[in-house]
Amino acid sequence: MSDSLLLVAMVAVPAVGAAVVAALPRERTALARQLALGVSLVVLVLAVLATLAFDPDGDRFQLTSSVPWIEGFGVDFALGVDGIALVMLLLVGVLVPVVVLASWEDQPPARRSMRTFFAWLLLLEACMVGVFAATDVFLFYVFFEAMLVPMYFIVGSYGGPRRQYAAVKFFLYSLVGGLVMLAAVIGLYVVSEAAGEGTFAFESLRQLDIDPAAQRLLFLGFFVAFAIKAPLVPLHTWLPDAGAEAPIGGSVLLVGVLDKVGTFGFLRYCLPLFPDASREFAPFVLVLAVAGILYAALLAMGQSDMKRLVSYTSIAHFGFIALGVFAFSTEAGTGAVLYMVNHGIATGLLFLVVGMLIARGGSRLVGDYGGVASAAPKLAGVFLVAGLASLALPGTNSFVSEFLVLIGSFPTRPVFTILATVGIILAAIYVLLLYQRTMHGPQRGVLFPAADEPAGDATAPSTGGHGATSSATATLTAPAPAPARATSRLRDLSRREMTVVAPLVALVIALGVYPQPLIRLIEPAVAATMSDVGADPAGTTATSEGTD
Amino acid sequence: MDTVAAQGLLSATWLVIALPLLGAAVLLLGGRRTDRWGHLLGTATVVAAFVVALLITFQLAGEEQRSVTADLFTFVSVGSLDVSAGLLIDPLSATFMLLITGVGGLIHVYSMGYMAHDPRRRRFFAYLNLFVAAMLLLVLGDNYVALYVGWEGVGLASYLLIAFWHERPAAATAAKKAFVMNRVGDVGLALAIFVMFAQLGTVSYEGVFGGAGALAGGTLTALGLLLLLGACGKSGQFPLQAWLPDAMEGPTPVSALIHAATMVTAGVYLIARSAPIYDLTPTARTVVLAVGAVTLLYGAVVGCAYDDIKKVLAYSTVSQIGYMFLAVGLGPAGYAAAIAHLLTHGFFKAGLFLGAGSVMHAMDDQVDMRRFGGLARKLPVTFVTFGLGYLALIGFPFLSGYWTKDAIIEAALDRGGWSGWLLGAVAVVGAGLTAFYMTRLMIMTFFGRPRWTPGVHPHESPSVMTLPMALLAVGSVAAGFLLVVVAPLGDWLEPVFGVPEEAEHVVAPAVVGIVVTAVMAVGVLAAWLFVGRREVPEVAPARVSPVVRAARRSLYADAVNESLFMRPGQWLTRALVWVDNRGVDGAVNGLAATLGGSSSRLGRAQTGFVRSYALGMLGGAVLVAGALLAVTAG
Repeated sequence: MSDSLLLVAMVAVPAVGAAVVAALPRERTALARQLALGVSLVVLVLAVLATLAFDPDGDRFQLTSSVPWIEGFGVDFALGVDGIALVMLLLVGVLVPVVVLASWEDQPPARRSMRTFFAWLLLLEACMVGVFAATDVFLFYVFFEAMLVPMYFIVGSYGGPRRQYAAVKFFLYSLVGGLVMLAAVIGLYVVSEAAGEGTFAFESLRQLDIDPAAQRLLFLGFFVAFAIKAPLVPLHTWLPDAGAEAPIGGSVLLVGVLDKVGTFGFLRYCLPLFPDASREFAPFVLVLAVAGILYAALLAMGQSDMKRLVSYTSIAHFGFIALGVFAFSTEAGTGAVLYMVNHGIATGLLFLVVGMLIARGGSRLVGDYGGVASAAPKLAGVFLVAGLASLALPGTNSFVSEFLVLIGSFPTRPVFTILATVGIILAAIYVLLLYQRTMHGPQRGVLFPAADEPAGDATAPSTGGHGATSSATATLTAPAPAPARATSRLRDLSRREMTVVAPLVALVIALGVYPQPLIRLIEPAVAATMSDVGADPAGTTATSEGTD
Repeated sequence: MDTVAAQGLLSATWLVIALPLLGAAVLLLGGRRTDRWGHLLGTATVVAAFVVALLITFQLAGEEQRSVTADLFTFVSVGSLDVSAGLLIDPLSATFMLLITGVGGLIHVYSMGYMAHDPRRRRFFAYLNLFVAAMLLLVLGDNYVALYVGWEGVGLASYLLIAFWHERPAAATAAKKAFVMNRVGDVGLALAIFVMFAQLGTVSYEGVFGGAGALAGGTLTALGLLLLLGACGKSGQFPLQAWLPDAMEGPTPVSALIHAATMVTAGVYLIARSAPIYDLTPTARTVVLAVGAVTLLYGAVVGCAYDDIKKVLAYSTVSQIGYMFLAVGLGPAGYAAAIAHLLTHGFFKAGLFLGAGSVMHAMDDQVDMRRFGGLARKLPVTFVTFGLGYLALIGFPFLSGYWTKDAIIEAALDRGGWSGWLLGAVAVVGAGLTAFYMTRLMIMTFFGRPRWTPGVHPHESPSVMTLPMALLAVGSVAAGFLLVVVAPLGDWLEPVFGVPEEAEHVVAPAVVGIVVTAVMAVGVLAAWLFVGRREVPEVAPARVSPVVRAARRSLYADAVNESLFMRPGQWLTRALVWVDNRGVDGAVNGLAATLGGSSSRLGRAQTGFVRSYALGMLGGAVLVAGALLAVTAG
């Protein structure tokens, strides 16, 4: 395979862009955001070019390039993509420009500048591309850790009132996970050295026959890091804080892309490198996955903060992805990868539209809103599309992936699948409850100060005493300094906001109706991974005795 | 079931779905620009779809092989799973296609009048078009996944339309309830599809039905029960019936089209379509029978107690679909009878709902029959069309309901044995109750002294509304005779269900007809005695027997749901939120604090982020060094 500079460019362009934007004078916000948009669009074009150059039936890794980096330890700066990494790069390519545009008119907190924000954003993009494109385990680790820094500053400097608490929590969790993984990465090197030549190259490591005891330890090292990043219950508690306190653009990338590095890691590293340990630990992981689906969905129902709610829904969705990965079938695995992409799009959209609502009302509390649909139908419509994608309605992209995960898991893991399928009821409840409370009913809350109706007016009779009223627990407000609650007239989505959401809405529908092109890219890589782990890649019907 | 590839016009069947879908897309994306003509476009697309459907059905009737597939594109193909976006045109799907586009077209026309003054009229037609498209996909798909997509698609349309007046909290809540209860059923349908894939490696009708014979009995029963769960959710059958009466919060044309004539009969379609599975599992069929019998009685009893005209009709729908479930539960002897009753019910129930809408239109959107009375003279067209629908529903001799309901009762009796007698008796008692509650409704609405709220001036609806009512009334009168006597539906559906064995009649059909008619007459007479002869109080009397009190509360169905699921669910949710904040998060925070040496360390780390960052890096570096040391030493 000849060297291709495409992936190198996808790392280098946003990295250089970040440096250039950071070097701009502080007050040149307009130029900074135009540059950021331009650079991120270039990355999108590169991602599309990479997709066109990629042959699904070709080599496992394509568009490869490699230069020695730390020669003493056999570390290479090696990039390359399989179908799984490629679609994640497409996701990054789509989401970053959308986030730039969504943050276009954000006001920075005191003593911070939007120029720096956009610089961090581009640096984050470079790291995200790197983490998916790395084919050297050490290089992967470097990007994995480096990703933390821009995200830490995006949350800690540009987030909500409790941003520093959230950022530190995010950082500590990730750091602990990263260090455990580092130990495992070094362990891998030691094992490879014992087997012949010390290396960090993924393809060489994959050929190793590691003894089961060592596999177990190394698996756990990687697994813990990825389970924190994904996150799986019970390692999830950093996400609701970070997801809620991050600025909207940060939330989108955090939940849409960064968390996928965890599930991507399961597929890329845990399964092929430690197949015996993966099979051994699979039941344990599946318990966490299914527990997460149900537990996080119930928690989502109980949240009063919209951004926390969306974060919890994501934790439930990550349970589906983990289920699909550890069910060890090509159908479920392909569904899981598709789920990563689709969740990035759908939840990204949901975060964006929730952010647009919060930008109008200045509060993150569900109870502070009501009846928005009648005043802002476009906003409500997009909100509904995002919500329906979140509950995986057929016709939206998420349906295809959720369906594939479940139908692919059922033959091998019927009990776990049945429990997970119950999760689709809970998803309907948390989405429609949120939608009803904020969009339906009479106009009330912070957006309609004139319509202050007497307390005790039952807005949702059958939901019991669960409807938080606007006066209750109004402790959290949006980014300081909170805008005055004078938004008496509610604006519907502006032209810019429509431009932000339109591509994602289009993708939600398009990938829901015609997902096959994406599946074509993903399937060979997943099949290869499943054959690494020793699962029969095509035979689902053969292993299906006694499922009734 | 041998199928051939579609030729000629049949290969253009996708147009039938695409037309209303296009209408929905234009109206939703076009925005206010389409406000002025949106309703015309929405109606035109459905009428056009009806014309295409008619031509397709004619061509199908002329085909040698009346089971035709039209493959559109590969939806999902991965591993051994292959799902095509393909259509199956056979007598069963063609029949539904005509019902959906025909009744759908009439209701679109009616809605032009009913929704004329609604500021969100365009949106209404967009959702209605969306519904028609999804419903057509449901019945035309050639595999269970396509059916599932349509299945949830109609659920979405139903949600949007129930919540159409979403400023009203009751409407918003009813919509959510409908969607969630449907999702409970959808879990059953989804699991059934998973079982099919696991056991047979396919989800297409052709593959599943071809392989069903090789499955173990337990698997078949499980499949039958899972499909039934789905069917119960969509069709408002016990125990998932509670959403349907609440769905009456939607505009009345929605109640007519979705919650009476088409969507709620999708469960019957699902079971009839899955006949090759149910044929092999008598256990699952027995459960279908039981569900049908319980629901038909339940709906009829509760229907007697309500004063809300739409709620009575809704419980009547629940009850009538119970008849259809009873019929499909009988197996080959009942499939054609179920579909025939489904069709005639589609006519007269849609007509009744449109009539109710016309009454509400006249009465300033009131639904309380205690404030109606004496409307026969003020609303003559409504009275006549509604009256014909009423007679058809109660099974007045030689009108539609008479033929199709009798066919079901006969088939139940022909089952033989004690179960045949029991089911037959339930169905006959149900017919009596139907006659009672519908006569009560007629009397309270159209006869007696006016009890109108002051300021109400009833007036007949415009002809754009009365014309569809009249056409449906014609169907209510004639459809049964046509489908049972002139051109038996069983013959047309023979390629789907096969030729049923000629059953020994336990009771001669003529005797059944006479008995059912007599029981109906008793029901009518009882209603006249209890309601017609006395003055109807304007407020429902409070001192009533425990039976009436229970019936007024839908036999405590909502109370049971609330105390079994909703409240425990809320407690669980609240408990878990507490656990997650205090327990899980607290444990991790505590651990971090302990590792840091002092409980205030984490708190202090939050005060300055640069410092905390440096602290984190330092801690990290120490750990890295430790790890490296451990590795090289080990």
